[in-house]
Amino acid sequence: MTETTAPTPQASPILDRHEALGAKIVEFAGWLMPIQYAGIIDEHRAVRSAAGLFDLSHMGELVIEGPDAGAALAAALITDPPALAVGRAQYSMICTEDGGIIDDLIVYRLAETRYMVVANASNARVVSDALAARIAGFHAVLDDRSLATGLVAIQGPKAGAMLQPLASVDLAAIKYYGIAEGTVAGLPALIARTGYTGEDGYEVFVDVEQTGVLWDAMFAAGEADGLVPVGLGARDTLRLEAGMPLYGNELGLDTTPFEASLGRVVKLGKPGPFTGRAALEKVSRDGVSRRLVGLILRERGIARHGYPVLVGGVPAGIVTSGTQSPTLGQAIAMAYVPTAAADPGTMVAVEIRGAAVAAEVVPLPFYKRPA
Amino acid sequence: MVPGDLRYTSDHEWVRVEGDEVVVGITDFAAHQLGDIVFVELPAAGKALKAHATFGVVESVKAVSDLFAPIGGEVLVANDALTANPELVNSDPYGEGWMLRMRPADAGEISALLDAAAYEQVVAEG
Repeated sequence: MTETTAPTPQASPILDRHEALGAKIVEFAGWLMPIQYAGIIDEHRAVRSAAGLFDLSHMGELVIEGPDAGAALAAALITDPPALAVGRAQYSMICTEDGGIIDDLIVYRLAETRYMVVANASNARVVSDALAARIAGFHAVLDDRSLATGLVAIQGPKAGAMLQPLASVDLAAIKYYGIAEGTVAGLPALIARTGYTGEDGYEVFVDVEQTGVLWDAMFAAGEADGLVPVGLGARDTLRLEAGMPLYGNELGLDTTPFEASLGRVVKLGKPGPFTGRAALEKVSRDGVSRRLVGLILRERGIARHGYPVLVGGVPAGIVTSGTQSPTLGQAIAMAYVPTAAADPGTMVAVEIRGAAVAAEVVPLPFYKRPA
Repeated sequence: MVPGDLRYTSDHEWVRVEGDEVVVGITDFAAHQLGDIVFVELPAAGKALKAHATFGVVESVKAVSDLFAPIGGEVLVANDALTANPELVNSDPYGEGWMLRMRPADAGEISALLDAAAYEQVVAEG
């Protein structure tokens, strides 16, 4: 075994708050973050019924600015950021030349010539480096604000009502996948109506030094109405119920957006070249041999990341994420299966500790919030 | 604090002696570490277990963990209530959350288990 020096994990800027709340702290993507407080199921249910407060300071924030910022991003990503109106956002990805996914992203258009790209913590550095290289020929500069930015999210049906008294802007006027500049608790902030839970909610970006003040103010604003702190554990079960992919599970360098059933994200119709275009056009033309689907287990058991999926009794796919759904009370999973077995209603099996457990292919998401 | 009248393993199982049978479960410390338990798989009655052998699994929302037999013996009955209510392991690990009733193969194995003070030491040392 070769000894490598593990880099010292970056502590959340408000680790003290989490410790005071009794959180269990884990290292995740090079960060010390709370995985749970009271318990994953209670936290999960609070987000579905009231609201949850999330420290997401580990996420990567990259600001791209300049007269060519939009064109640079259009060439670097698979979506078309210049098509966004100022104050709107889109789900996007950065791919390799061969169409593999480097990361999935949210792109916000903050101003005519300024965008913010939010990347997963585990990929923030890779994305920052790749974007910097890809925009090198454009009149645009990249500012990696990851360590300078604190991010606190409030998610759930009561999120807007809880946050509004602290906000300088009318939150209802921010559309889903919109973003506005304003103040929250008197702090200069970007307020985005985005999230990763399947609920309505807001993500508030502030100067990292102000993260604690922001957290305290948001927590105080909602605690009496059922707001609870939520860790990465429930964040994972919430996103899974909402059918949202997680990089490293559903997405990776060896998957294309089309296999991930996210072909609609790829804007092949946009003008100009972009990294991965040729490969993705070919996949779009030829079709895919496997696809990401939802599974509900029809017998006792819980499917987990890495378990084989059997089609006609033969190993043919793999589970990417799975858990016992707190909302549905059933074991749910996402999995790659052969295209021929990807239609809802198809019966497959998941191999759990050597036994074949029946599972049904179902449409995603598993959970959709009441309209 | 762990109950003083039970015996323990360093794998965080407990054993309660009841006549010539024993009841087996996992400790409050273990249940708390696992988090919300959502699935328990236990062996059928009649199964012969060797000490330290895997006898089942317990799954939390996040993770799957093996259960290890604290002593050898025959499974007399498993706690069926955990099929529908696995959360009993969290809420009452030494009571309603019990897992197996066994007939020990060798009573000597019981006296080799940790007492409460020794188990508390294991927990304290993490």
